[in-house]
Amino acid sequence: MDVDGPIISGRDLRVQYGDREILHGVSFDVQPKETIVILGGSGSGKSTLLRTMVGLEKPTSGAVWVGGTNLAQASAAELDEVRKKIGLSFQGGALIGSMTVGENVALPLRELTNLEASTIEVVVRIKLEQVGLIQFQDFMPSQLSGGMKKRAALARAMAMDPEILFFDEPSAGLDPIVAAGIDSLILNLKQALAVTIVVVTHELASAFLIADRIIVLDGGHIVAMATTDELRRSTHPRIQQFLNRVPDSEVSDDVDHLRLYTERI
Amino acid sequence: MPRLSVVEPLSVIGGAVERGLAYLGGVAQLLGRAFAHAFTSSLKRSLSYQRACHQAMVIGVGAVPVISFITFFIGVIMALQGAYELKRFGALHLIADTVAISITRELGPLVTAIVVIGRSGSAFAAEIGTMKVTEELDALETMALHPIGFLVTPKLLAMLVMMPCLTIWADLMGVLGGSVFGVTGADYTFGTYLSATRDALYMRDIITGLVKSIVFGLVITGVGCQEGFATGAGSEEVGRSTTSAVVTSIFLVVLVDLVFTAIFYVTGGA
Ligand SMILES: Nc1ncnc2c1ncn2[C@@H]1O[C@H](COP(=O)(O)OP(=O)(O)O)[C@@H](O)[C@H]1O
Ligand SMILES: [Mg+2]
Repeated sequence: MDVDGPIISGRDLRVQYGDREILHGVSFDVQPKETIVILGGSGSGKSTLLRTMVGLEKPTSGAVWVGGTNLAQASAAELDEVRKKIGLSFQGGALIGSMTVGENVALPLRELTNLEASTIEVVVRIKLEQVGLIQFQDFMPSQLSGGMKKRAALARAMAMDPEILFFDEPSAGLDPIVAAGIDSLILNLKQALAVTIVVVTHELASAFLIADRIIVLDGGHIVAMATTDELRRSTHPRIQQFLNRVPDSEVSDDVDHLRLYTERI
Repeated sequence: MPRLSVVEPLSVIGGAVERGLAYLGGVAQLLGRAFAHAFTSSLKRSLSYQRACHQAMVIGVGAVPVISFITFFIGVIMALQGAYELKRFGALHLIADTVAISITRELGPLVTAIVVIGRSGSAFAAEIGTMKVTEELDALETMALHPIGFLVTPKLLAMLVMMPCLTIWADLMGVLGGSVFGVTGADYTFGTYLSATRDALYMRDIITGLVKSIVFGLVITGVGCQEGFATGAGSEEVGRSTTSAVVTSIFLVVLVDLVFTAIFYVTGGA
């Protein structure tokens, strides 16, 4: 993925499930080696945007480029090449239930590389060490807690040394201490690996802690795309509402709402 | 509105036929892609082979005990039922022939298919359906491991080998069951029963059953996996897919059986 300019870019992306449009034309760029957080309330379309970026959902219009490849027009082989360079950690972990944690991490290495079994064993141990799960290598996913599943999923996502790491809700549903542990894990990776990181979350504190830049998504529109500092200073009402956790009814005003979607900070 | 009463059922039937054909098209497409992956997969060949062997153990070897019991008893039952009628004509010595032909041509393959549907077809739908619900299929896809090549191809290959093997075994057990009655209730010894069976059977009878069993294997794999992939969101959907896989497979197996038996009859093997 040796490209000048953005490593991921979306242009006017519209995505729908059935007849229902979820993303109403979003455009954004992700620069190489930056950590970008997609922040938004539940149901705002964050996961859908993430799935579109890895080619799991096809946009009805617009285009998304990853590492210079237009996902919608890529052949199966080209898509495979892109996917070997990305790692995605799913919200629920999505570990293969019939394999141990270690086998899950080893899976892409075994299937897609020509590494010796002994080398793969070493890589698996390194990755599990990085997420603090080395003693759980032989556990089945069903024996892990929610936070451990997410960490194991992260280890698997890192197995192929990807250039882009995607996380869907890394700290959702975890108790605050475990969630903080995951945040610091991501921060460590950011420093250690120098990779592009895209994190989807609805946790404000976590977003401000790990992000270089934040994309705020609301109802399928991007309402803000800014560095964390810029965002803190923003006086944009919809963003203030989100940042201050004000429920919708207190500020809801249809005209205001419409205007918010049309202006960007 | 007398006209409506004719048109409405017709359009309902037409709609059902159309959906049925679309469904079969989907199953055929899935099987075609699974075959293609067997030859041109980016996955490691040795590992795919391991997965196929694992599936063969689960589908085939695991089914041997239950298939043995059921076809053995069906052999006994066929002999008893046949004897009831044959005795009236003083033709009890034809028992071995009756059992051999009905088992090898029909009951061996059919009972094998139904046991495999219950054990494996349902398991395919449940396994793939669960993986869909937990996003494991998406995870495979984002790792550039194609779910069809990774999951369906090994099952398909295992099934194509194991169905004929299980069917031959079922045939043997059925004949053995028949011989129990032959020895105890008719004037056979075990040796004469077996040689009577051998004389009664033509290669064609056995081949007919094996050809059917291979097509049954295609149907069971295709429907089970298709139902798994079609699973909606939520774990209750997995139950629905599993039920649907079993019911649809049994229906299609009987339909295929009918078609093939008719073809074999018309081409003169009866
Ligand atoms: N597979 C799907 N089929 C239909 N609708 C979906 C599907 N996935 C998500 N949705 C809908 O799309 C909207 C956005 O979902 P999602 O992107 O998961 O939001 P978020 O991750 O921000 O919570 C939700 O209203 C959800 O109901
Ligand atoms: Mg989500």
